Amino acid sequence: MASLISCPHCGTRPKEEFAIRGDATPLRPSSMASDEAWHDYVHLRTNPRGRVREHWQHVAGCRRWLVVERDNLSHAVFSVTDAATEVDR
Amino acid sequence: MTAYRLPAGGLIDRSHTLAFSFDGKSLSGHAGDTLASALLANDRLLVGRSFKYHRPRGIVTAGPSEPNALVTVGSGVRRDPNTKATVAELYDGLVATSQNRWPSLAFDIGAVNGLMARFLSAGFYYKTFMWPAAFWEKVYEPLIRRAAGLGRTDLSPDPDSYEKSWAHCDLLVVGSGPAGLAAALVAARSGLRVILAEQDFALGGTLLSETTRLDGEAPYIFARRVLDELQNSPNVTLLPRTTVFGWYDDNVFGALERVQKHGAAVDAVKPVERLWRIVAKHAILASGAEERPLVFGGNDRPGVMTASAAATYANRFGVAAGKAVAIFTNGASGYRTARDLAAQGIGIAALIDSRPDAAEAAPAGVRLIRGGSIIDTRGGAGLRGIVADRGGFEDLIACDAVAMSGGWSPVIHLACQRGGRPVWSDALQAFLAPDVGAGLVPAGAAAGQYRLSACFEDGARKAADIVEALGRQAAGFQAPVVGEEPDPSFTALWHVPGAKSKAFVDFQNDVHLGDLGLAVREGFGHVEHAKRYTTGGMATDQGKLGNINAIGILAAMRGVSPAEVGTTTFRPFYTPVSFGALAGTSVGGHAMPVRRSPLHGWAARNGATFIEAGLWYRSSWFAKGEEKTWRESVDREVRSVRENAGLCDVSTLGKIEVFGPDAAEFLNRLYCNPLLKLPVGKARYGLMLREDGMVFDDGTVSRLGEAHFLITTTTAMAGGVLSHMEFAAQVLWPQLRVRFLSVSDQWAQMSIAGPKARVILQSIVEDDISHAAFPFLAAREVRLKGNLKGRLFRISFSGELAYELAVPAGYGEAVADALMRAGLPHGMCAYGVEALNVLRIEKGHVTHAELDGRVTPDDAGLGHMMGTGKADFIGKRLSNRFGLTAADRAQLVGLKALEADQEMRAGAHLLKDGAKPSTINDQGWVSSACFSPTLRMPIALAFLKSGRERYGEKIVVWDRLRGVETMAEVCHPVFVDPDNSKLTA
Amino acid sequence: MRYSALSIFRQAFAGNLGWKPAWREPDPKPHYDVIIVGGGGHGLATAYYLAKEFGLRNVAVIEKGYLGSGNVGRNTTIVRSNYMLPGNEPFYEFSLKLWEGLEQDLNYNVMFSQRGIINLYHNDGQRDQYIRRGNAMMMEGVAAELLDRDTLKKMLPFLNFDHARFPIMGGLLQRRAGTARHDAVAWGFARGADRHGVDLIQNCEVTGIRRENGVVTGVETTKGFIGCNKLALAAAGNSSRVAEMAGLKLPLESHVLQAFVTEGLKPCIDHVITYGAGHFYISQSDKGGLVFGAEIDGYSSYAQRGNLATAEHVMEEGVTMIPGLSRVRVLRSWGGVMDMSMDGSPIIDRTSIDNLYLNCGWCYGGFKATPASGFCFAHLIAKGESHHVARALRLDRFERGFPIDEAGAGTQPNLH
Repeated sequence: MASLISCPHCGTRPKEEFAIRGDATPLRPSSMASDEAWHDYVHLRTNPRGRVREHWQHVAGCRRWLVVERDNLSHAVFSVTDAATEVDR
Repeated sequence: MTAYRLPAGGLIDRSHTLAFSFDGKSLSGHAGDTLASALLANDRLLVGRSFKYHRPRGIVTAGPSEPNALVTVGSGVRRDPNTKATVAELYDGLVATSQNRWPSLAFDIGAVNGLMARFLSAGFYYKTFMWPAAFWEKVYEPLIRRAAGLGRTDLSPDPDSYEKSWAHCDLLVVGSGPAGLAAALVAARSGLRVILAEQDFALGGTLLSETTRLDGEAPYIFARRVLDELQNSPNVTLLPRTTVFGWYDDNVFGALERVQKHGAAVDAVKPVERLWRIVAKHAILASGAEERPLVFGGNDRPGVMTASAAATYANRFGVAAGKAVAIFTNGASGYRTARDLAAQGIGIAALIDSRPDAAEAAPAGVRLIRGGSIIDTRGGAGLRGIVADRGGFEDLIACDAVAMSGGWSPVIHLACQRGGRPVWSDALQAFLAPDVGAGLVPAGAAAGQYRLSACFEDGARKAADIVEALGRQAAGFQAPVVGEEPDPSFTALWHVPGAKSKAFVDFQNDVHLGDLGLAVREGFGHVEHAKRYTTGGMATDQGKLGNINAIGILAAMRGVSPAEVGTTTFRPFYTPVSFGALAGTSVGGHAMPVRRSPLHGWAARNGATFIEAGLWYRSSWFAKGEEKTWRESVDREVRSVRENAGLCDVSTLGKIEVFGPDAAEFLNRLYCNPLLKLPVGKARYGLMLREDGMVFDDGTVSRLGEAHFLITTTTAMAGGVLSHMEFAAQVLWPQLRVRFLSVSDQWAQMSIAGPKARVILQSIVEDDISHAAFPFLAAREVRLKGNLKGRLFRISFSGELAYELAVPAGYGEAVADALMRAGLPHGMCAYGVEALNVLRIEKGHVTHAELDGRVTPDDAGLGHMMGTGKADFIGKRLSNRFGLTAADRAQLVGLKALEADQEMRAGAHLLKDGAKPSTINDQGWVSSACFSPTLRMPIALAFLKSGRERYGEKIVVWDRLRGVETMAEVCHPVFVDPDNSKLTA
Repeated sequence: MRYSALSIFRQAFAGNLGWKPAWREPDPKPHYDVIIVGGGGHGLATAYYLAKEFGLRNVAVIEKGYLGSGNVGRNTTIVRSNYMLPGNEPFYEFSLKLWEGLEQDLNYNVMFSQRGIINLYHNDGQRDQYIRRGNAMMMEGVAAELLDRDTLKKMLPFLNFDHARFPIMGGLLQRRAGTARHDAVAWGFARGADRHGVDLIQNCEVTGIRRENGVVTGVETTKGFIGCNKLALAAAGNSSRVAEMAGLKLPLESHVLQAFVTEGLKPCIDHVITYGAGHFYISQSDKGGLVFGAEIDGYSSYAQRGNLATAEHVMEEGVTMIPGLSRVRVLRSWGGVMDMSMDGSPIIDRTSIDNLYLNCGWCYGGFKATPASGFCFAHLIAKGESHHVARALRLDRFERGFPIDEAGAGTQPNLH
């Protein structure tokens, strides 16, 4: 991963074409959710060691936001999917 | 000291003589020499000084692990310090200089450190130089710094260029020795795309220095045949002079090709070095094995080298390391070296084998000492003899070189760069590469297969496995018939007992046996602690030669196995890589791309001074006539806008066009202010927040149609806002039917501001833009004379009657020129971002100088914009936090200097009059400041604690950094036209 | 044993055979007043100050690897107190003052070298930011100087003044800033803590946190259960992992930061210099290597290694700032795991669990904070209240809306 990312739209491209935002697991709460839920969403991270899901954007390509599922110790990538597809799931 | 060129032999071109110099002395060598072999051929054994004790040092190896023979190659601006003479290809006119010595290599004052060695034990500096405290920076540290370091650089600019390339292949073979050639050949014949990288300038690896015959011929002939076939295979790329230095994620390899480091003349059209990023489906690590030095007393004296180096110099370069070479070995390799040297007619003083029960026989006439060792060496800066221990008896043996063989270590560096730890093999007494999967497979000596026959077989078999893994049929490879090969076994000898003088483990950093003992005694026995405490393995060779012995010694001292001691971490780079090659072409003026506004030419023609603004060059001011300072120009431009009119290029603002039935809903969630009811044909100022409630960016939102919006962003945040919107549309609310794209580059946009703006503008616009027809905040398409369509927005950053006119980028300059002509009779001028800044400060408008990422809308006086009635928008929920609504937050205010000649500058802090400066007493800071030509006084925008309650207060504008303190009055941040009468005129 | 020139002299004539271990290697006791998880710089400093300043000597530091095996031995050794925000500046200045007396206090030469740090600026906005920062420092009584281009040209003639994409306009100088020998800081605190009776337990990994009635009573480790009255976490990049054992979720992400060193060179760069048109920073070690780095790789990682593209970008910035670096060869790169917080500032606080204390979120600025972090954490553990310079470094500041965001980048950790 740290060298190449396989964009589902553009194919395998160098990592420099992509921008990383961060953890893709927190889901934006409804505006009616509790203060705790919002604090959790904006500030708290499980920060696991191992399998993680991250938001990356192919900024120098299709400009789609992607969910990259990978191992943050071995840097192996398990899957790269379009984030919008993820949301529908 | 009697190294010399052999009368015949070697792979050098004796018909081609090359002149070079070392420390000013003119010498000569041959094509095919390295600098090291040429120095040896000229009997120059003393080539460097060690790091700590400045001990005289010679050449130890014939390859990239060299710890001692570091020299500066080149002169003037083309000097390369710390170049390993053992890999530097000799060329005509090469200028080499020795390092870390003063005044000369032969007589080095620094060698006095050697006499003090007992005081300079490992880590001594942690224990002293503490008193008096002030002496560290003044006395001790400068002394240490001067004594330390190796080569010199004056940091003068580099005249050469570098480049980078990507390469893709099915198989990367690292190393062109027997295993690498076999692997490459099988893969090539099987149709794989193959890259064969070799750090040496000549391909062939050990086959170039090997004497065991292949198919009855010298091994280099076999190598040449294979290379010919590879060379003629269109699917094979041979990369000599290319070191694979790093193994990165996804099987991407970093490699450095030395394109023009082997000649005095540099072709400026070509790079001197090329950085390769090689994406390899598979790779075979055929990097061979490293021969270990032996740790005996006086083992650092010039003339002591590894046995394989002595053999390589003799066989490949036709150079004898000495006239009487003593060989010290713990295994069969020493016998092979003895045989090779003897075959070349080189005298052998003795063959000393540490194994009492060794079975091998020495070549005829060579004195063999079984169960013996070297415990000391004699001589000055050159070897004259050794003291051999023979079962308790000491023998002084005259010799002028020592060839030592301490066994073999597979070169597994690359395989351990991604977290895998080396695995100890008791059988091989060496660390082997961990299993790192099918991406990178060691083969041959790198996998512990030391015999030539095994190397061929291993390389071919592992390549065949890869071919089959890629779904192809593996082609055959007929291994050559290998002549008689000695048994590669050895008995580990981590250090020689009974050393009579310092026995060095890490040559360059002067780490000796005693240092490791001290480290263990003091509790630094962990391999990482020992490294860091003694600096062993931290020199430019990164412990390639010495670490294995250090591990064995630590193991012995701690009474454990080397497996338990383990290794330190292998990290890139395998061998050092220049900044230049890693940086490539994106440096200096090309560090970042340049963006120019479509009105750049117009601005230049009108005399603009440009300034970097992110990637853009923006026009700062337009000097006229007699104006000598930027202030004169800016003041005039401001007055002109306030009194007549001005034209400013605002094309760099981000412009994003938004479409779709849900476009309004989408924007309503992105901006903190309500936008659903924005009428078609109208613009509105908008604020975007981050989810944490802080202002993210500001700009305008114009509704061009029911389902069509155009938004602007600040210049700096254009990219960030687009990404943010894409995230919102694709991830947060993919159900919203909205599409948008950046049109920043499609439009030239200019602001026409000032009381006469409408008159001037009307003269080029067909449509009626009277106040009634085109009121404040109107935004719609207009037709310009000549039938060009543009977009007109009646918005104002300056506080004047103002418009922003956007036209297709290609028409920008023509329209700007037309406007300038139309404005001429009305006194219109071109104005730049400096004047724009003054105008907006006078009007109390904020920019990113105010909106610095820590500011809420309320802090900026824009709290009223928050659409508190909206169900949701980004930043809504966290805006309510206690800290964001606290009464003592710093709020935007204006400041007027009490004296017109007083200075106020952004970055100053605010203090209550008479208060002592302290962090607690700090009342805020000045975010923007200028001299206001309109008010004729210095004014500023500032953030002041509870500022809005403090209008009228006299406050100290505290700029101690620049030694300025100014009294100012706190006021409302809008200095000009507070009731907006100009905007709606 | 006390270290001095005299002790070196005496030992030299005894063949250097009389040196004693720098610290004991004790077996863990069944119970301690305080257990500190993490034998890096901050954990060791905490133990040292707990014992020396606050009289708590029944203390253990538990380290899963070897002492100093984390970021304290894997950084670019910069020490400075040139911060802008009131939540940070007094803390880092307190730290710098501790550095200034550290060697005498520890009887260990950490080679703290006050060679000065120069932050370059390249445009008006950046200059104004530095002026604001410099004045914030001076409010706290910390000397800062604004250097113009001509002064810089004399001081640092090798910078790229005229041919860079973003010309250098000037710089902010803090003369008291500098560098220190990173490993020695860990060793000095370790030796000091040991001399005050602290047990330093290496190769001992915490596998669980035991709680009884909601109160922490000790830790499960690879060497068995060890009881304690108070448990203090100083686990840097592994903070989230350890805290999870107590059911806590932290405002942290772990990221990899690369650093680099060149081959040894004779003295050529005498200051710490930072590049304003990027993120590059460089200084020269006393051994001669140029030590440098830039931004984090940006993705979640516990791997202690980075990628080549980031390394290349670091070199681009370096050569752009100092063209003469081009021919200098880079020897080694390494990676450290950074506990990046949501506002870029650290946390020294209690937690919602009784007797559990937290020290984390150092991002990539933890080295300079080592003494103050230890001192303030020890203060909190011993006295139950924050040291006055660390009052802003609360865990609840995110929830309550008091972030300390020096970069103004918001709650995305990889932007800090």
